[in-house]
Amino acid sequence: MVNPAIEGKIYPRTSSYLVGREKIREFAKAVFSKDPANLDLDAAKKQGYKDLIAPPTFAVVIQERSLIQVISDKEAALDFSRVVHGDQRFIHVRPIVAGDELTSELKVASVKQLAGNSMVSFETQIFDSNQELVCTAISTLVVRGEA
Amino acid sequence: MSLTIGQALPAREFHFTRDSLVRYAGASGDFNAIHYRDDVAKAVGLPGVLAHGMLTMGAAVQSVVDFLGDSGKVIDYQVRFTKPVLVDATKGATLVVNATVVEIDEAAKIARIDLSATCDDVVVLGKAQVRVSI
Repeated sequence: MVNPAIEGKIYPRTSSYLVGREKIREFAKAVFSKDPANLDLDAAKKQGYKDLIAPPTFAVVIQERSLIQVISDKEAALDFSRVVHGDQRFIHVRPIVAGDELTSELKVASVKQLAGNSMVSFETQIFDSNQELVCTAISTLVVRGEA
Repeated sequence: MSLTIGQALPAREFHFTRDSLVRYAGASGDFNAIHYRDDVAKAVGLPGVLAHGMLTMGAAVQSVVDFLGDSGKVIDYQVRFTKPVLVDATKGATLVVNATVVEIDEAAKIARIDLSATCDDVVVLGKAQVRVSI
């Protein structure tokens, strides 16, 4: 069972993640994107972007870096082998662009116990190197109770 | 771009194979073995290898991206993972996505498009809502 005391806990800002152009292409192909702005530099520039932009769900890669902090936090007692992804949301201020150096800061929004399972919601804010908010990622994990 | 309430966007189908899952694992860094090993999936009580929820989410929104022609217009996207997508080693799995315009806010220049995502006629994403700038 996830420790309810971590509700409200804010984890330290992650080290920066440099978004690579080829990583965007790799991710875009993996999610079946055909958007030229994810794949073709000239097309992205024609759309007014300074480089390739990432697909809307790429922010999960950054969110993951914050989530690892929770999973490795003994106080949280979050058993990752019992985790099921419940829901996910990304609210973008702007798209993620190749060349961005992103950091993230995760807050445990809520911890609920329901029918023997724990439901933990996280709010992860993703910032660029100017400390401007790029995206807020909201995620709920369901941690199945021990049978 | 002109959108109308009730407008259905062109449907899109995505065929997931085990290769798709390995490709997504590498691209996203999610190497949970339940997404590529039947023995591990079965050991944790699953019927077999499942697609990453985030692969389903990431693919489903492409129906909207195709229509808009710019993934940067997606400003808010949420889903609930209601049923797992089982990916058979030989047959794979097919995700069918239909998107419908449900709200248009002309003042804020935002439209809401809801997705229906099914696999073998089973709904796999709930409350799948995409807010796009128009």
